[in-house]
Amino acid sequence: MLNIPIKDQFRESRVFNSRLTVIGAIVLTLILALFLRLVYLQIFAHRHFETLSQANRIKPIPIQPPRGLVLDRNGVVLAQNYPVYTLEIIPEQVDDMNSLLEELKQVVSLNEADLKAFRKQLRERPRFENILLRSNLTEEEAARLAVRRTYFSGVELEARLQRHYPLAGLGVHFLGYVGRINEQELERIDKAAYRGMQHIGKLGVEISYEKTLLGQVGFEKVETNAHGRSLRILERIAPVAGKNLTLSIDAKLQALAEQTLGQRRGAVIAMEPATGAILAFVSTPTYDPNPFVNGIDQDSYDALLNDPDKPLINRALNGQYAPGSTIKAFLGLAALEVDNFDASKPVVCPGWFTLPGSSHQFRDWKKTGHGIVNLHDAVVQSCDVYFYKLAVAMEVDAMKKFLEPFGFGAKTGVDLLNESEGLLPSVAWKKARGQPWYPGETVITGIGQGSVLVTPMQLATATATLANHGVRMKPRLVRATVDARTQVASETVPETAGQILLKKKEHLDIQIRNLMDVVHTNRGTAYGIGYNAPYKIAGKTGTAQVKGIAQGQSYSEKLTPERFRDHALFISFAPVEDPKVAVAVIVENGGHGSSAAAPIARKIMDHVILGKTAGAAAPAPASENDE
Amino acid sequence: MNIERLHLDKTLFYALLALAAISLFVVYSGSAKDLDATLGHLLRLVLGFTVLLFVAQIRPEILERWSPYIFVAGMLLLIAVLAIGVIGKGAQRWLNLGFFQFQPSEIMKLGVPMMLAWFLARGNLPPTLPKLALGFLIMAIPAFMIFKQPDLGTALLVFGAGTFVLFLGGMRWRVIITLLTVIAIAAPFAWGHLHDYQRQRVLTLFNPEADPLGTGYHTIQAMIAVGSGGIYGKGWLNSSQAHLDYLPESSTDFIFAVYAEEFGLLGSLLMLSIYTIIVARGLLIAYLAKDTYTRLLAGSLSLTFFLYFFVNMGMVTGILPIVGVPLPVMSYGGTSIVTIMAAFGIIMSIQTHRKITE
Repeated sequence: MLNIPIKDQFRESRVFNSRLTVIGAIVLTLILALFLRLVYLQIFAHRHFETLSQANRIKPIPIQPPRGLVLDRNGVVLAQNYPVYTLEIIPEQVDDMNSLLEELKQVVSLNEADLKAFRKQLRERPRFENILLRSNLTEEEAARLAVRRTYFSGVELEARLQRHYPLAGLGVHFLGYVGRINEQELERIDKAAYRGMQHIGKLGVEISYEKTLLGQVGFEKVETNAHGRSLRILERIAPVAGKNLTLSIDAKLQALAEQTLGQRRGAVIAMEPATGAILAFVSTPTYDPNPFVNGIDQDSYDALLNDPDKPLINRALNGQYAPGSTIKAFLGLAALEVDNFDASKPVVCPGWFTLPGSSHQFRDWKKTGHGIVNLHDAVVQSCDVYFYKLAVAMEVDAMKKFLEPFGFGAKTGVDLLNESEGLLPSVAWKKARGQPWYPGETVITGIGQGSVLVTPMQLATATATLANHGVRMKPRLVRATVDARTQVASETVPETAGQILLKKKEHLDIQIRNLMDVVHTNRGTAYGIGYNAPYKIAGKTGTAQVKGIAQGQSYSEKLTPERFRDHALFISFAPVEDPKVAVAVIVENGGHGSSAAAPIARKIMDHVILGKTAGAAAPAPASENDE
Repeated sequence: MNIERLHLDKTLFYALLALAAISLFVVYSGSAKDLDATLGHLLRLVLGFTVLLFVAQIRPEILERWSPYIFVAGMLLLIAVLAIGVIGKGAQRWLNLGFFQFQPSEIMKLGVPMMLAWFLARGNLPPTLPKLALGFLIMAIPAFMIFKQPDLGTALLVFGAGTFVLFLGGMRWRVIITLLTVIAIAAPFAWGHLHDYQRQRVLTLFNPEADPLGTGYHTIQAMIAVGSGGIYGKGWLNSSQAHLDYLPESSTDFIFAVYAEEFGLLGSLLMLSIYTIIVARGLLIAYLAKDTYTRLLAGSLSLTFFLYFFVNMGMVTGILPIVGVPLPVMSYGGTSIVTIMAAFGIIMSIQTHRKITE
């Protein structure tokens, strides 16, 4: 209390009172302004507004713009609009809604979901606007309704455009779909921009490019009589169609990849290294987006949701997998680049590795060991021990730092929303979760196991970065947006997302040669797809453990339940001299990268490079190494 | 019954009661004769007056002691809302307390002016520059957090309440002029940070016809309602604008349009007078208050009440952009009625306890 100076009560009240006077005057002025405004509106402008009120039978009626189409690179239509008959109600023209609905049930079929959606809209939208009751009326229903329409007041039979995906499940995971605007979306969107619109992009390109596809609502000012019947159109502002999207996706290639994966769970990304343009974006199993457009029924949705294969999951974008040995494609380069590892010195691989002072054996996938191996052998034969030693020499934080520029551990920036980030572990990351980092974790990070997680999108981007000589491009699905009316296209400009800075440019060439020998030498783990290839491929197999194996036990594919079998991975690019395509393949529980994943990549590369869908059809000779 | 023994101020109490009574008729009409909505409004009014009665019993000295704690509690709740809001995405203004939805930003409408009045009262007026800067932070931080929710209307009111305290506390004119200059310069930048729809609302103000389907629609329809009411109005339950559904939110933010259409200029002026009486009485109580804290608080709360109805009536009559500010006491719904009544409880406590203690 002693610190508070003695208050000068007189001065304080003088300050306050002078301020009160000022603000009192301002308040009075503003109230006077309101008073004058009211007098103006209610006396002087009264007649004007009275007329408007009378004529407030002039209604703006929104006209929906057609949504932009989505096409593949060759003009194959992936998303289109086709006309359907809809039954709509204008609430203010209806005297007794319940009895009207009862009568309508005699004419067209109405289920609970239709009625529920209708009642919700009824509460939320202005009473003079058309509200959708049923869509996709059959020809017969439309005809029956057309005949009886004059007896129903406020009932409209309209021909509307509805979104349709002609290729059904093809590419659903990048294409996405549109669906009815829900309550949360209603909160978020600009209501004016969606006036009269029922649908909005929900997933994939449809939501990521919503603004481009949407277009602009037009309107008609319609004069109506006291009962709301339209008398004449006073003014019409045409809607502006949404822009069409041309994707870099090749629908044929997409179909080929999806068919090759078949019933297996997996993901494939094929990309043009130089531009980042995505040629195929596969996540299997797929599902048909068409039922989602007007609201899928609960049973079908539950079936999709509870399917053990999880078709709704976008594995290509959100699947997070241990990269397994595919990480060696990148860490092999690190072996040449980092200071505290001598890549010129061969390493002895007895089939296992222990940390100093520990008896825990980190095993090589090859029980008998690879013997004395140099970097080339280690990459070609996928020697684990070599990379255990590299990892220990580098330490985990240096591995993270080295892998980051390839795009691991962060969003690749592909033009789709909700991309997953994967994970590059570090000491700090573990500490933030309240746990110490163990040396053993460093060891297994070197072969892409442990905490490290990558998405297929990241894996493809990183592979394309190798192919592109260290320049990482932003992956892009959309190649151009095209004005539907003028057909003027605005092309997407390829964007650089990062660059690998090398001490020596030759290091990358050396590593690419190693990766080429993985495919083209008979000791290479992917020789099965390389021996008969008419062009040069660089690649790396990977097999990611799903279930830990106890010390002293061995893994037997036959004895392991399918869900616990290893994931098969393969990354590659070709032709090596002038890469046209980079591919990442993951087959969940597929077993070996060489046998399950690599042939899929070969088919894709054949299609892109040779323009045919044949390829590694002939039985492949068994590779000595089958990692 | 002598209501002064209940620590109620006659003028304020009867004026508020009159507003409440009128509001029941207008909500009934504006909600298209929805009896449930009207009863809901009645229930909130009863709750509001109960809170008023309760708060009026609390001595100003106790309010002053509590001020910092109320502010801190409000801040913690705002942080909680933002934290949950980040997870849920989109607008998040409420905390669900199970039996009712609670909007912490409402607390700040009282918490910010109470805290600032407490803060300025610890020392001489006018405040020094560093003190003023700290005071500015006390109101700007919660206001910004509310703006982020996003709730532009409430953020504006909280910021306004704080500004009133600082102004009444004797913020120097040269500081005010400097701030106004800074705002004028910063406005174009702030413009860039507004949501598209907020920008649209401001632009629409200058030319409502430009967007007859979108934002301009509300302004045009509200002006038609008010203007077509004329001098005598169309009579109770005869608002064609509301009943033909041309008028949006006819029982909440735009309720004044319904009222003005049905009761005309005479009704409008009656209501404007009641609001003016309430503000004038509040400012008089501030003038008569016995110490710095109560002066600043009563003044700021009365001016915030003014801001409320001025912004609402301004937007309905088309002289201000559309921000979601309800018309105090009249608008249906929202927790704002309880906050407003609590504010008047405080003002009445300041008035009645002064009389009794001296």
